[in-house]
Amino acid sequence: MSTRSATDIDPKHSVSVGLIAGISIIFMGLVGLAVGLNERILIDPILSLGYLFLLAVPLGAGYIAANETVLEGMQAPEKGTRDIVAGALAGLAGGAMVGLFLILLDTVDLSEKMPAWGDRLLDMLSFNQGVGGGVVVAALVGTVLGALGGAIHVLKDEPRRVIKIVIISVLSFAILEAIVDDVLGEIGLKPVAKFLYSKSGGLSVLPAILVGIVALGFAIGFKGKGDELKTRYDTMEEAERKQVNKYALIAVVVAAVVLPMLLGKIVNELLANVGLFVLLALGLNIVVGRAGILDIGYVAFFAVGAYGMAVLTTPEAPWRINDTLVHDIFGWLPVLPWLVALPIVVVMTGFVGLLIGTPVIRMRGDYLAIVTLGFGEIIRLLFLSDWLSPTLGGSQGIRNIPGVNVGVTEINGTKPQYVFYLVAVFVAIAIYISHQMETSRIGRAWMAIREDEPVAEAMGINTVTTKLIAFVTGAVLASFSGAIFAAKVGSTFPNSFLLLVSIIILVVVIVGGMGNIPGVILGAVVLIGILGGPKQPGLLAEFSQFKLLIYGALLVFMMLKKPEGLLPNAARTRELHIDEALQDAWLKGDKPSSEDEVATA
Amino acid sequence: MIAVKRSKQSVLRTNNSVDLFLTVIRVVSLIVIALGLLLFFIEQIRGTALNGDAPLTGGAIRGLFVTGVSQGAMYGLIALGYSMVYGVLGFINFAHGEVFMAGAMSAWITSNILFDNGMWEGGFSFIIALLIVLLVAIVVSTLATILIERIAYRPRRESPRLIPLITSIVVSFFMQNAVLGLFGPASKTLPAPPSWMSDSYTFLEIEGTKILVMVIAAISMAGLWVFVERTKTGKAMRAVAEDKEIAALMGIDVNRTIVTTFAVGGAMAGVAGVLWGLLFRGVSSQTGFLPGIKAFTAAVIGGVGNLGGSMAGGLILGVAESVGPLLILKPMTIPAVSQLKDAVAFAVLVLVLLFKPTGLFGERLASEDRA
Repeated sequence: MSTRSATDIDPKHSVSVGLIAGISIIFMGLVGLAVGLNERILIDPILSLGYLFLLAVPLGAGYIAANETVLEGMQAPEKGTRDIVAGALAGLAGGAMVGLFLILLDTVDLSEKMPAWGDRLLDMLSFNQGVGGGVVVAALVGTVLGALGGAIHVLKDEPRRVIKIVIISVLSFAILEAIVDDVLGEIGLKPVAKFLYSKSGGLSVLPAILVGIVALGFAIGFKGKGDELKTRYDTMEEAERKQVNKYALIAVVVAAVVLPMLLGKIVNELLANVGLFVLLALGLNIVVGRAGILDIGYVAFFAVGAYGMAVLTTPEAPWRINDTLVHDIFGWLPVLPWLVALPIVVVMTGFVGLLIGTPVIRMRGDYLAIVTLGFGEIIRLLFLSDWLSPTLGGSQGIRNIPGVNVGVTEINGTKPQYVFYLVAVFVAIAIYISHQMETSRIGRAWMAIREDEPVAEAMGINTVTTKLIAFVTGAVLASFSGAIFAAKVGSTFPNSFLLLVSIIILVVVIVGGMGNIPGVILGAVVLIGILGGPKQPGLLAEFSQFKLLIYGALLVFMMLKKPEGLLPNAARTRELHIDEALQDAWLKGDKPSSEDEVATA
Repeated sequence: MIAVKRSKQSVLRTNNSVDLFLTVIRVVSLIVIALGLLLFFIEQIRGTALNGDAPLTGGAIRGLFVTGVSQGAMYGLIALGYSMVYGVLGFINFAHGEVFMAGAMSAWITSNILFDNGMWEGGFSFIIALLIVLLVAIVVSTLATILIERIAYRPRRESPRLIPLITSIVVSFFMQNAVLGLFGPASKTLPAPPSWMSDSYTFLEIEGTKILVMVIAAISMAGLWVFVERTKTGKAMRAVAEDKEIAALMGIDVNRTIVTTFAVGGAMAGVAGVLWGLLFRGVSSQTGFLPGIKAFTAAVIGGVGNLGGSMAGGLILGVAESVGPLLILKPMTIPAVSQLKDAVAFAVLVLVLLFKPTGLFGERLASEDRA
């Protein structure tokens, strides 16, 4: 193939990518993300988190513009200067659009309607150059970054990998400042932290370069080691592999026990929150991922678990004090310790699950979704109402919930480390239950129902009972989480159980990988750990204001590009990428007779 | 490739305990409703409520009824979008509530601009201003829904059913937060309409705004009906809803028809957004959520895919929601029933799906979507 000229590009494609990039930048500016995150310095004094977001866009656009679709079985188009030109063009288009926006920002005043509209945004987007200078600078920066993006595309795989590792390491050290600082302080290396981070926050320039060099060393030194390990693991004998799995499990357990002791309060708090969401996500994973029942009122069971625990274990619970019917009937009931109350709470939540599940289980998928949502809201509104407030406290909620008394100590919110241990025990139980059920007859029945309900029914599966079992199991796992939540926080309010919680749990399951236990855990660690839960702050506490927006954007992206999640379930991936699977099969020469055959292969 | 169509004729189901349970729920809910109504009538006849208050007066009940009808008209307009999209694509477009919210937001902006220019008063100029607001809202909502369809739904149209459904929930979540970020959390109010709008008219003493809302809803509905039943595009829409493949074979551009369906639904949601602005005057990024769910309930009540049914379902739901708590819950001495208004709306949804999941006036769905 002859060398292609540098101008052999698809200008329409480049420009449209660039315009989308421009719109993204303007959107980030207008929602306040850019200015809001500008306070957070990553590398003092060069880069702030806000600029990182803005500058990453043209870089990515350049890369995408340079990327050409490679058809399977065709020779890949030669990479070269044309990629850089395509990237630069995209960057220029994006930059020009931002320039136009700058002029608009200067001439029209919409600050009354849009809070982010104003001089601060103008200053930031124009790099403090004013409007005239800003237009030039925006176009210039866009072009340069776009060309850089294109250049990254030209690079061979190996240097690209190294660059990626270096950049990610430096950024992680900068972004995870709080946790690194916390950990270093805990193990007595405070001076190191002082050296790494500047006073105004963020890595200083010199340490940033050092971190980059160390990462470079690792990236080159450990080249291909990961793949090597994987092939070795894959080629192991069955018995040997089991042995390795056992060691890995022991290592995980030891790490789970030892690590929290080394970590500070912030990280332990975070881990405990992540654990609570892992529990919830594991439960929803059974319902949505395994049985294919889209329950978006899942928070209801979390709420029932928490309220159940609060009602049973709190001496000053409203129903014990106020003179109501509930008091008259159950007044004799003693205040129970957490461990005794737990089985009651579980049974109670399971019963609620049955109550909600039975009427909805036969509905069409989307009707079911909206009805579960309705039930979730009904339960929250009832908790909130004046009608039940003599029993459940209404908007005042239930306060002073005691912690978990385990003999030696009482586990409550002031000791996040113990809460984490408690959560970890229940996560282990939940993983065990999930795994056992998935690999059993009932798990296969769920899968059959998810794939094709009428056929499953024709094969003799009792679909109603099977789906109900999934629904109730999910409810029970959520009740674990709720029960721990009540003891950890020490109070329950109806507003802790918004629909938002259901959606975030769903996000965790989808992003992690529906139907796959490790995926779901990874999803919870990544999302809840880094971005934070609905009310709980994550590692990036500075995101709190934009957390939900980022969640939303991330989710839309995931649904469009990778609906199977980060760590996908194999069967599901095939189903979602049926075209690619068909193409692969065609290339290999065996022609499947129908789509179904590939999906179930 | 010819997709293998499976008959979804269900095999005989034998789950007696589940059936029994469902029957129990049905009977219990009927008893609760009957009891509430009975107590209500006793109160009315006796002249005092059970908790000692004075019972509802005729005027109060009429007022609730009128409020219910005007809100119901708005729900009906939103419900049309759910219904039509469900008709062609077979999934609930959760983001439709947000399309409605976009319309209401645009109404907030345009009406305030017009108010600043002195057009939001008087008789004739107010009507012109209102038409401008309506037009802008229709354009905004239509654009929003077309964009959503293009970006989020089209690429995944052939995926398993759960995927577009989750995508629509996700899009709705994203739009709520994007609007919150763009326009800030501060409360947003439309300017007060001219005084002749808040006077009462006719022997029913209906407020001017409510008359206006009903009139606008009726005109939009009539326009939509003419469009769907009398134009060629409308015919294409009905054909695509019936069977996409056959419609394509008949030379109908299925993609374009789907976009048209979304656009028409979006336009109706835009009108509904303006009606929301007229009725409540307050708009926020959360505005779309509850009306969206309620409108979906209305679509189910009327029968999904059935346009007249959606409108009727909206009216029924509006009245039920407005009158129901006072008629059924309050006589049972439940305090602060207005707090439970939304819970009642959700309960209506559950009950409708329990008693008659195909709606009161029958569904009109593509053959493959019929359960």
